[in-house]
Amino acid sequence: MTGHAKADRPNQFLRNLNSKIASIPMILTAVVIFMGGTIWTVVYSFTNSKLLPRLSFVGLDQYYRLWAAPRWVVSIENLAVYGIFSMIFSLVIGFVLAALMDQKIRFENTFRTIFLYPFALSFIVTGLVWQWLLNPEFGIQSVVRSLGWTTFTFDPLYTPSIVIYGVLIAALWQGTGLVMCLMLAGLRGIDEDIWKAARVDGIPMWKTYLFIVIPMMRPVFITTLVIIASGIVKVYDLVVAQTSGGPGIASEVPAKYVYDYMFQAQNLGQGFAASTMMLVTVAIVIIPWAYLEFGGGRKRV
Amino acid sequence: MTLKNANSGLASTDQTYSEPQGAKPRRVISGRNIMLYGTLFVAATYYLLPLYVMIVTSLKGMPEIRLGNIFSPPLEITFEPWVKAWATACTGLNCDGLSRGFWNSVRITVPSTIFSIAVASVNGYALANWRFKGADFFFSILIIGAFIPYQVMIYPIVIVLREIGIYGTLSGLIMVHCIFGMPILTLLFRNYFASLPVELFKAARIDGAGFWQIFLRIMLPMSLPIFVVAMILQITGIWNDFLFGVVFTRPEYYPMTVQLNNIVNSVQGVKEYNVNMAATILTGLVPLVVYFVSGRLFVRGIAAGAVKG
Repeated sequence: MTGHAKADRPNQFLRNLNSKIASIPMILTAVVIFMGGTIWTVVYSFTNSKLLPRLSFVGLDQYYRLWAAPRWVVSIENLAVYGIFSMIFSLVIGFVLAALMDQKIRFENTFRTIFLYPFALSFIVTGLVWQWLLNPEFGIQSVVRSLGWTTFTFDPLYTPSIVIYGVLIAALWQGTGLVMCLMLAGLRGIDEDIWKAARVDGIPMWKTYLFIVIPMMRPVFITTLVIIASGIVKVYDLVVAQTSGGPGIASEVPAKYVYDYMFQAQNLGQGFAASTMMLVTVAIVIIPWAYLEFGGGRKRV
Repeated sequence: MTLKNANSGLASTDQTYSEPQGAKPRRVISGRNIMLYGTLFVAATYYLLPLYVMIVTSLKGMPEIRLGNIFSPPLEITFEPWVKAWATACTGLNCDGLSRGFWNSVRITVPSTIFSIAVASVNGYALANWRFKGADFFFSILIIGAFIPYQVMIYPIVIVLREIGIYGTLSGLIMVHCIFGMPILTLLFRNYFASLPVELFKAARIDGAGFWQIFLRIMLPMSLPIFVVAMILQITGIWNDFLFGVVFTRPEYYPMTVQLNNIVNSVQGVKEYNVNMAATILTGLVPLVVYFVSGRLFVRGIAAGAVKG
């Protein structure tokens, strides 16, 4: 938006004026909302804002308080467990499904439709469906018990120690279809000659996948990981719908902590500190990725 | 083709496998195929089961739900739960069902989709064809911004909307959806316009067409596919949103997802599982219809926009 170099190239400012005007919404969003908003939140995370934001700085107090709060620690532990498992399982299930789909099977479109449709649904819908399926009184547990297996226990949503795995089951149901699609696109991008060469050399198929195809799909894996990871940090709706953070605080997640402190407990400083920690988490994931993706001068979108 | 060869080699070590006639009958019931389709069917069951249970539950009466199991088909089909979910289910003090949330969601999704696509397509066009100094800088911020958790930016936006005087209203929420749709949509359009032959653009400029003329008369008519993809992306994304809806609107303007959650997770009263499941299906219906109708385009849409998370 600067027109300082006008004297050198008289036409430039005018010629691009339309383009600049057209870009105003983008520039405002980028600078005011994304950059400004983020900086604002980080700055105010060092204040003791309660009901209203105010600039009375208290140093790292909010962060000490945050990490001393059992609920936050549980949230972080949950996020770690949920994150690690959903990354591993999404990649493994997604890749296996994609590899199966890549075998020139019949009804490929039907299977793809079935695997992907949950992705179209809201996390709220997903959460509520799985809340129903995992309901110990009516759901899977009671059905298996009624088949004669009376001691069968499967009630993750009501058992604090494993509730996060109940959330995980729903998340995988919703998200693995997308991973499968990305992986399938990656597999289709592998040159057929690679398979021929591997076959000529007598390499078994699983070895071909493990040592040739997967390394070749590195960019797809990285992109997928970044997508999964940025979704993991944001996980909120699913937990709200499925467990509301319960039983007790057993399935709390950071995003919910932020929301509750900002809009329910009216403790803005805590909310800002917690959201700044979320930002740090994302930065840890994104910076290495950005370095890998764009540092080498190669662009992939 | 090659995959199949590699496979049959593995399964039968028959090196002379090349005649299609010889292999065909064996292929249908080979151990490999049983494994392959067996695994796919088991997986498909896992993905379909919740949908089946939802539908079945929503068609049962409460006595049948309390007695039977969730997988058994309804003995007596009743549409009562659907009617109740749509028209009379209660959230808080209101008892007008999901219909209110549905119309709110429509009133949110339609303008948000139109505005965000209109703005982003022009942005993408400006970035692809009319680069100005600093454009890439702003664009980079925009893309990085897409990865920042929404929670970090929510409160400043609340303040901005409050200052403008649209906090809690539908227009405020529409604006928020436009803002958060911008990174991915702009990227989508920028890449698409950049892929169009540049000669077209140059020829039009030599003929004296300007910024808007080229956009409206040359670029737009050529970009129907990407507009459809962007539309699918926005409709499903905005319809499924929960966080923004709950943060930026008042209860009377809650979108369907928020209302659904309030109906199902309300603590008072007897839990009517059949009504809950009917409500859940109703909420999922719009994105599902988009998904089934658009088919391959949906896949393209999410592949292009998967970063939106």
